Amino acid sequence: MSAPAPASFLFRGRLLPLALLAPQLAVTLIFFYWPAVQALYQSFLREDAFGLSRHFVGLENFADVLTDPTWLQALWRTILFSTAVAGLALTVALFLAVQADKHIRGAATYKTLLIWPYAVAPAVAAVLWLFMFHPHIGLFGRMLNGLGIAWDYKLRGDQAMLLVIIASAWKQVSYNFIFFLAGLQSIPRSVLEAAAIDGARPMRRFWTVVFPLLSPTAFFLLVVNLTYAFFDTFGVIHAITQGGPGKATETLIYRAYTDGVMNLNLGTSAAQSVILMVMVIVLTMAQFRFIERKVHY
Amino acid sequence: MKRRTLGLTAAALASAPLAAPALAQGGPVEISFWHGLAQPLGGILEGIANQFNESQRRYRIVSSFRGSYPETMVAAIAAFRAGTAPHIVQMFEVGTGTMMAAGRAIKPVHELLAETGISINFDDYLPAVRGYYSLADGRMMAMPFNSSTAIMFYNKEAFRRAGLDPEQPPATWAALRAAAQRLRAAGIEVPMTTAWPTWTQVEQFSAIHNQPIATLDNGFGGLGAELRVNNPVQVRHLNTLIEMSREGTFRWGGRDGAGDAIFASGQAAIIHASSGARARFVREVPGGVSNIGFAMLPYYEDVPGAPFNSIIGGAAFWAMNRGPNATRSAEEFRGIAEFFAFIAQPRIVAFWHTETGFLPLTRTAFEQVRASGFYDQNPGADIPIRQLLRGGGQMTGNTRGIRLGGFVEIRVIMQEEMERALQGQQTAQQAMDNSVARGNVVLRNFERANRA
Repeated sequence: MSAPAPASFLFRGRLLPLALLAPQLAVTLIFFYWPAVQALYQSFLREDAFGLSRHFVGLENFADVLTDPTWLQALWRTILFSTAVAGLALTVALFLAVQADKHIRGAATYKTLLIWPYAVAPAVAAVLWLFMFHPHIGLFGRMLNGLGIAWDYKLRGDQAMLLVIIASAWKQVSYNFIFFLAGLQSIPRSVLEAAAIDGARPMRRFWTVVFPLLSPTAFFLLVVNLTYAFFDTFGVIHAITQGGPGKATETLIYRAYTDGVMNLNLGTSAAQSVILMVMVIVLTMAQFRFIERKVHY
Repeated sequence: MKRRTLGLTAAALASAPLAAPALAQGGPVEISFWHGLAQPLGGILEGIANQFNESQRRYRIVSSFRGSYPETMVAAIAAFRAGTAPHIVQMFEVGTGTMMAAGRAIKPVHELLAETGISINFDDYLPAVRGYYSLADGRMMAMPFNSSTAIMFYNKEAFRRAGLDPEQPPATWAALRAAAQRLRAAGIEVPMTTAWPTWTQVEQFSAIHNQPIATLDNGFGGLGAELRVNNPVQVRHLNTLIEMSREGTFRWGGRDGAGDAIFASGQAAIIHASSGARARFVREVPGGVSNIGFAMLPYYEDVPGAPFNSIIGGAAFWAMNRGPNATRSAEEFRGIAEFFAFIAQPRIVAFWHTETGFLPLTRTAFEQVRASGFYDQNPGADIPIRQLLRGGGQMTGNTRGIRLGGFVEIRVIMQEEMERALQGQQTAQQAMDNSVARGNVVLRNFERANRA
């Protein structure tokens, strides 16, 4: 990072730069810092649902959360879920991007269609999957049952998990696809041609030339996808399984919602949010460190 | 809207006689009303609010649908914290414990009526309903409206296909299981399912068999109650459901009201659901009302005294204060009270009951509907009220109802544990033991947060 130019360099007064920054600063303060501080404050309190009585309990909420076996199970489940979603979304997107990068007829249409799902809101995407795979009223759900596969994600935890993983990954494939495609197109043709002249076959060219050159993109996407799976899949889970059956699809973010919004335990929910906040900070720091190093290799 | 509210507050600060004419010029006072009923019920409810609006010009009820019952509850609580609570909120029965303990967030109905000088004859209300929403000394806290109870609906066509008599619904669990097996053998995909699984298979089940949900008369006796759903009768029943699930005669329809869809589509032959689902089933089940049978919930014959009365569910209307540091004007409270008095009229109670399948809440309305011949023309429409009075109507501490704080969360816990038992991950005993252990944590936290 280069040092910023002194303010007097570009602007005569201090007022104009501040005024220009103000909207963004206001958004950051109101929508990011204020709620974060509120969460931190509430995580030390215990209060009734209506906010009429509250008392300070120190770190008790954190202790409650971290010693709750169901929360720890949710932590492991979230890691499993996120890895599966990121892995699936990245693999499928990379495969599709490599195919779309070839000179094929109708490539433009094909690319456009692949980007579409990204415009679908997570909750809407989830409802589409719900209607397809509902065991009693869904087209594929009934088909699976007709084929003799006991498909009932409302009762079978593994099937419910599979369904939310696929629905969440499907949503993210388009996003990854765009980045992979851009990454592929920025690889100089000459390098690939040189490899081809040296006798490298397509598979070998992919693994020895294309993939290493794509790795910064892939790493960036990995972090983005993990963050997505951790925090943005709420809509999918809420619409399809509501964390059930049992707690089979309850991730940390869903747990924080259930405890805070549905069960009105604001203290424990705030404590969970603070823990999640720490996780994001760590994840983001790791990303910046690693990417900075990667970019200047 | 905002300016009008400010004007109202100003008017309230001025002396009352001066305020009334000033308001008359400013148009009707708006009373916001949040409810949690989807179509078709929501439309019928809003129709009643519109009738009130047309019956007078001083107040106007502004109804808005806020999602499911739990969502409506959460929205109202969040709005209260922000100082923008609705005047009236429809709260489902599991939220009753939370609302009772809500202190100045709510305006108890007895206070509301006393202050406005409007009277509603609560003696005319069914004891089961009145008891549910009143303090131990009989003072009413909420305005009962859409009370239901769980009953059994069955598809007559499916019964015929299985060679069962469509006019002879199974009365006991043994008979129900035998019937479900015949339905299964006849190729019916879902012989039996249930909506609101914990409400029908734990809460109603406990009342019918006079088993405790919790100590201290299911929480009516105070905040110190502890769960007792791991009693042998309840565990035995969950075992029956697990066995039926294994043999394919019982299908888990999902949490909360999700199971309704399976019966409405005609796929399930039997469902235990809210009597208020009648309106939807009559409209959606293939074959319509003549294809639907109505019956009381089954019981185990060998449990002493069974069957007892079932308990109510559904929802009631709560008058709310605006926020922790905001009050309402006398005029607003008067509007709320007049609306409550309007919906307490026998003709409204009777209309709601006959349109929807919810209970006739007052004796007068019940007699009126009976005299009109409605029950003769609509066989089964009196099943819910007869089931509420089953067992001679002497209620015990286990059959009066449930008043536990944090019960929304406890229900989810029970659903989770039941799901895990039905998946085969744990036994019925473990499921109910876990429910008790996890549910008691919720009860203790609630007790702690609400200790004055």
